[in-house]
Amino acid sequence: MSEQSPLTKEEVIHVAGLARLELTDDEVTTFTAQLGSILNHAADISSLDLEGLVPMAHPFDLENILRPDVPTASLDREELLAGAPSVESGRFKVGRILGEAP
Amino acid sequence: MSMAGYETIIGLEVHCELKTETKLFCGCRNAFGDEPNTNVCPVCVGLPGSLPVLNQKAVEFAIRIGLALNCEVKWSNFHRKNYFYPDMPKDFQISQYDLPLNEHGTIELPDGTVVGITRAHMEEDTGKSTHLGGSGRIHGADASLIDYNRSGVPLVEIVSEPDMRSGVQARAYVAELRAILVAVGATDGRMEEGSMRVDANVSVRKPGDPFGTRCEIKNLNSLRSLQRAIEYEALRQVDCIEAGERIVQETRHWDEAAGRTGSMRSKEEANDYRYFPEPDLVPLAPSAAWIEEIRSALPALPKARRQVLVGLIGNDDQATLDLIATVVDRDLDALVVEAASAGAPAQLAVTRAANELNAEGVLPSAKSFATTCQMEASGALSATQAKAVLAALSETPDADPKAIAASLGFEQLSEDTLSTTVDEVISANGDEWARFAGGDDKLAQFFIGKVMAATKGKANGKAVISLLNERRSG
Amino acid sequence: MTTAHDVAAQVRSGHTTAREVLEQSFAAIAERNQELNAFLYLDHDGARAAATAVDDVVAAGQDPGPLAGVPIGIKDNLAMRGIPTTCGSKILDGWKPPYTATVVERLLAAGAVPVGKTNLDEFAMGSSTENSAFGPSRNPHDVTKVPGGSSGGSAVAVAAGFVPVSLGSDTGGSIRQPAAFCGLVGYKPSYGHVSRYGLVAFSSSLDQVGPFTTTVADAALVTQVIGGHDPADSTSMPDGYDDLLAACGRGVAGLKVGLCRDLLDGADAEIIERVRQAAAVLEAAGAEIVDLSIPELRLGLSAYYLIAPAEASSNLARYDGVRFGLRVEREDVAAMNVATRTAGFGAEVKRRIMLGTYALSAGYYDAYYGQAQKTRRLITNALDAAYEKVDVLLGATTPTTAFGFGDKVADPMSMYLSDLFTIPTNLAGHGAMSVPFGNSASGMPIGVQILSPGRRDDRLFQVGAVLEAGVAK
Ligand SMILES: [Zn+2]
Repeated sequence: MSEQSPLTKEEVIHVAGLARLELTDDEVTTFTAQLGSILNHAADISSLDLEGLVPMAHPFDLENILRPDVPTASLDREELLAGAPSVESGRFKVGRILGEAP
Repeated sequence: MSMAGYETIIGLEVHCELKTETKLFCGCRNAFGDEPNTNVCPVCVGLPGSLPVLNQKAVEFAIRIGLALNCEVKWSNFHRKNYFYPDMPKDFQISQYDLPLNEHGTIELPDGTVVGITRAHMEEDTGKSTHLGGSGRIHGADASLIDYNRSGVPLVEIVSEPDMRSGVQARAYVAELRAILVAVGATDGRMEEGSMRVDANVSVRKPGDPFGTRCEIKNLNSLRSLQRAIEYEALRQVDCIEAGERIVQETRHWDEAAGRTGSMRSKEEANDYRYFPEPDLVPLAPSAAWIEEIRSALPALPKARRQVLVGLIGNDDQATLDLIATVVDRDLDALVVEAASAGAPAQLAVTRAANELNAEGVLPSAKSFATTCQMEASGALSATQAKAVLAALSETPDADPKAIAASLGFEQLSEDTLSTTVDEVISANGDEWARFAGGDDKLAQFFIGKVMAATKGKANGKAVISLLNERRSG
Repeated sequence: MTTAHDVAAQVRSGHTTAREVLEQSFAAIAERNQELNAFLYLDHDGARAAATAVDDVVAAGQDPGPLAGVPIGIKDNLAMRGIPTTCGSKILDGWKPPYTATVVERLLAAGAVPVGKTNLDEFAMGSSTENSAFGPSRNPHDVTKVPGGSSGGSAVAVAAGFVPVSLGSDTGGSIRQPAAFCGLVGYKPSYGHVSRYGLVAFSSSLDQVGPFTTTVADAALVTQVIGGHDPADSTSMPDGYDDLLAACGRGVAGLKVGLCRDLLDGADAEIIERVRQAAAVLEAAGAEIVDLSIPELRLGLSAYYLIAPAEASSNLARYDGVRFGLRVEREDVAAMNVATRTAGFGAEVKRRIMLGTYALSAGYYDAYYGQAQKTRRLITNALDAAYEKVDVLLGATTPTTAFGFGDKVADPMSMYLSDLFTIPTNLAGHGAMSVPFGNSASGMPIGVQILSPGRRDDRLFQVGAVLEAGVAK
């Protein structure tokens, strides 16, 4: 990859952390180059003057899609928990949680 | 430790669970205390392929809250707040970000202070973890069990401006906010069950200086903890500053038993929530007509309801205001107003309602309550007897208080009988009488007690005093 | 295998039974699936029960539905209760959803018989099925070539004659590109026409479910069953659109067809030639051909490869080892999340999660995600402007015919470029269809792509039916 990568290996490692992925050193190198190549391609839009255009989050302008406050059936608990990696007393079991929720 | 020369700056974030039948984005029941993982579906457990659909009633409650807090109700949308946590099934929370439903409101505290409301936005609650081993708290636990019944329960987060200056004021704010939210029917306001949760942002400064670095205190699950935690934290920060240290911006945990706040993060990790518009939901754009419909159906708010009682009594000393606040807080004001219009003296009705009526239990009919108050005011019942009649009315709310009084043996003493009893008590207590006659007014209580004992509580205290004074002057 | 129309007609009239049709389907699958790897899972029991139920309804003299007895392949990113749903990923290996996708419910209600789950690029990310954790599918026209992707297994299942119809999902071309590579009709409906409830999300604002069929009329028939409003999907349009089957017979007289340079430039010469022949067929049928250019379409690739990974990075956060699927145990939860995701996701999925996480992260949002969303608006506006002048657009589905295994694996960007012509419709949320239109000199199928304005998908069926009838054999 002869082009200058727009992101660094450190950024790739940081992003992997945010995404809860672990990369080998080789993967860091490959991803830095590959993501860089994609971002370099995206330079064609980052240089556009798009002032005044409303960002498009949805294809169609629907609004106010609401449902009535009426209860519906819950899942069968045993069926739900059958798909879980670890279960105890009707609950999903996980190991130690380090740190409170933000 | 002293606050001398410093002021405390407080802003509060209050999470309030809405009292809907179902969750925010699915039809699972919004219920507290059910068996774990029984109110769950693909949506609120975050199963692959599931999609959220917004609950109309939750929106209506959120708009009610916005209107009651004098907010602008606006075009809004939902964002995803991305972070990993096991009680959050999708590993993102659907919340509102730069376009919240309600913005720019105010709330007036009973003391007249106006606190700004920055925003009141909608979001979903997380599941609940139970920690195994250790102390049952998250630290030191070996494993955790997760119940997603609470996951997806609708919340409104109400963020105040940093307009409060003391723990007492913060407490008054939460009490008033709670009263408003309960009054509009949006929540049950039970702090101890977690249906209202408060985080406090606290900083200190010398008056006139810019705001200091703030700390956020979590785990404030009662009004008392809120006030104590703020007062502790403000002193801690002043001590730090006086000792030449810098305040670190951080989240702190309130330890109720130890009475202090402690740093919470085991490792400081800058949060990067990567907010972006939730593509599975469409914008929420309440029409002017819908907003007006909700506004016109809003019930009277606590402040207006308190003012009605102040107007009836014609007295706004602090003791009366406290009684009135209690009456409104317990939703007893309608009964008092009706009783007053049926002839009950308003002050007495407020006092008895605040102190004697059980808002959770059966209440007397307005007519019976009014009659009881009237009987007490006229001297037909003593205070003790009136309380007993009110207690009996909680069994038979429509009964005639006169009949109850009779059945309890509270027939009024004749004037002659009372007069005779007073004379007997005076002659039996010559020394005390001499001192009372000589001007020692404290002994009035002694004689009232004796007369009460002799009449088994049937005597009216005021009547006894007037008889004693007659004897003394005559 | 014959068409869905024929199967349903024969089952409804009692000429054959759903069970017979199903057993033929299973026999064909048994013969060649090992080689082609179209199906990851076959639901023998469920399919037989569904077919028997259809036969019982027919025997009782009642209406078994418009897809009576039609065997259908279901892309393995659609939830079916109690049936493994892997999304082509190790991270979901063994997971059985406790619920069923709306589209599958509707198929069952219409008498269709889902026979099993088809292979795909992991989480629908890819253009060849080489990203499936369970091995690639093979193109029945030449087994040394990819079938396209991500819905490659669904395309192969129909192209190999296993089933007359299958469902795929199309986020940037994942139905149309494999349809073109395998010589099938592939239809991506306008966004919001078909429910996404139960479709495992890749990019929520782009994903849409649609059919693979051998005829345009079958695509209409299947879409009429699976389409229409679903209250479980907030992005589902409140009303359906015109009768698509009727549109198939409407012809193209007076229709203005834009032959779009930006949906041709860079394609193989013989593909361009086929598109021009297709235009000639339409002209002969009474359409007016207008040459035009929409240069903004060229920007679609960049917008797409920021928006789709951004949404995916968030949609794929839930694969954390807590509630379902794979868990690689570690003492604390965060380490378990990392170990699970690192072991469970393949390279392409990781690459896109990384890209999307980066595009959304503090400091880069405006430059990447925000700019991509504005570009998305720019492209949609440009298409809207073009549709002021023409009724539909015509171009190539893909720049090349099916390529060989491994040809593009090393360079993700070259793989992404194969989606150049299909991406713009996903960004705009419009409908588009690939219709087979002859073969290359080497015998590989070529697809012609029709694009229509949003929610005017009826025009795709008008044009598609004429092309299908006019293709030079
Ligand atoms: Zn639910």
